[in-house]
Amino acid sequence: MPELRLVTATVAGSASMVSARGLGKAYPGRKGGAPFVAVDGVDFDVAAGESFGFLGPNGAGKSSTMRMIGCVSPPTAGSLTVLGLDASSNGPRIRSRMGSVPQDDNLDSELTVRENLLIYGRYFRLPKMVVHERAEQLLDFARLADKADDRVHALSGGMRRRLTIARSLINQPEILLLDEPTTGLDPQARHLLWERLFQLKRDGVTLILTTHYMDEAEQLCDRLVIMDRGRVVAEGSPHVLIKEHATREVLELRFDPGTQLDSVDRLSVIGDRVEVLPDRLLCYTDDGEAALVAATQAGLRPMTSLVRRAGLEDVFLRLTGRSLIE
Amino acid sequence: MTIRTESRAVDAFAYWLLRYRRVWRGTIVISVANPVLFLTAMGAGLGTLVDHHDSAYLHGHSYLAFLAPGLLAAAMMQTAYLESAGPVHTSARPGGNYRAALATPLTPADLLSGHLAFVAFRVATSGLAFAIVASAFGAVPPQRVPGVWLAAVLTGLAFAAPVAAWAVGVQRQSVLTAGFRFVLMPMYMFAGTFFSAEQLPTWLHAIVVCTPLYQGVELSRTLGLGTADLLGTVGHAAYLGSLIALGIIWGRRRYAAELTA
Repeated sequence: MPELRLVTATVAGSASMVSARGLGKAYPGRKGGAPFVAVDGVDFDVAAGESFGFLGPNGAGKSSTMRMIGCVSPPTAGSLTVLGLDASSNGPRIRSRMGSVPQDDNLDSELTVRENLLIYGRYFRLPKMVVHERAEQLLDFARLADKADDRVHALSGGMRRRLTIARSLINQPEILLLDEPTTGLDPQARHLLWERLFQLKRDGVTLILTTHYMDEAEQLCDRLVIMDRGRVVAEGSPHVLIKEHATREVLELRFDPGTQLDSVDRLSVIGDRVEVLPDRLLCYTDDGEAALVAATQAGLRPMTSLVRRAGLEDVFLRLTGRSLIE
Repeated sequence: MTIRTESRAVDAFAYWLLRYRRVWRGTIVISVANPVLFLTAMGAGLGTLVDHHDSAYLHGHSYLAFLAPGLLAAAMMQTAYLESAGPVHTSARPGGNYRAALATPLTPADLLSGHLAFVAFRVATSGLAFAIVASAFGAVPPQRVPGVWLAAVLTGLAFAAPVAAWAVGVQRQSVLTAGFRFVLMPMYMFAGTFFSAEQLPTWLHAIVVCTPLYQGVELSRTLGLGTADLLGTVGHAAYLGSLIALGIIWGRRRYAAELTA
């Protein structure tokens, strides 16, 4: 069987695969109310072959941005160019070169696993022989060859997700959009999916994904933007963002809820910065172990303590004053 | 402005055909069994009683010959509703097949056209089965079967297009059920399917003649009984054709608004 080949063409005459300037999306208000602004004038560029992420909590505007990039929801402000084409007027042409993995599973449970791939190939007007060949390759890629003739409703959550990704690759897309690709999956299924996505990235497919899992963003993204309330609050590689907005390590001290405030003053002189959460204090420092010793010497008696590496969650907390998972 | 690309409605139609491949045998059985049961019970059974009393409203025709073309039009109304209301609603919800197809080069207009083409296919095939059964019962002379069949297909599509346009934005399945119970069923009972609408009180008759089912029943019945005149036939066909055209125009707007918000 021929090896699965994923096209990695770059866009002639265009520096970026996706370019947004002042991009906005407002939905009409209900019963004549004020419009709801989901995306509020964001700028970003995605280069060919890059793995680019939108990180933010629920309601940050990530999915609305993805729908606009996917040309299924027109922007209401600003400009958006995808594959060198204006997204407002070239939807079908852009979508013919793009793959999309939506947040909501929209596999067809009336059809078999293989039929889900075949009908998608038909939508892209691929020759019948090509579609059948690619379907077999993608079933192998998604490790679903033995389930090919099963109905979709018999698949587990992880299998359905892999099938959705396989389906999105039937047209050998230049850009793959992944909206919360691993939400709701168990750790094993997540890691298998990550491995498949790494393979796509190695093959040069431009990945654009949204997530509210910081470990996923750190694993998969070369570069990302952090979104909050429809705006971009920071942009960069995970490493640079952590370096710029957090310390090397974090000391977490857990207290009885409500009692943690008594220790804030004493912890503040130990670390660079202290964040107060409902049941914890986070002390940002470059040496977590030393900070823990100092905190003990200062008479702090937490229920539990933990020293960990700073991550994107800490960056988000610093930039917005809120946790990613709320 | 969206740059026009070639229509891919045929690909959307192919999707519905692929799904239909699983159930086509069952639908053929139903398409034949239903008219056999109805025409046996209502046409031959009840018809014997009606014919015995020689109603003036039948204008000398047998009740079976009077009933069959109208019943065919009404059956196609129901088939069109069942194929366009629920399936459109489900397809347009999050996780529905419309949502999946919109991530490909297909447009909302393609989805509407492809779905309506499938409803036309279903109405045409089940209508043909009904017309052949009616002819076998002696209710419709064989030479009039094509005209009756075309009238029934036109009736079905006159419902399918506006219903699809409406259903794409309906939020709850129960609204579709209410539409069937409180709009379609009264029309089914009173729009002249089982008895002549001339028997109705004047005010009700005036309402009934405005309904699409009455127009479909009249078109089908006059063609089946051989009493059609040019003006009446053109009038009924124009009414139903206008409803199809308006349904498609409304549907294209509604599909675009609901599916690409």
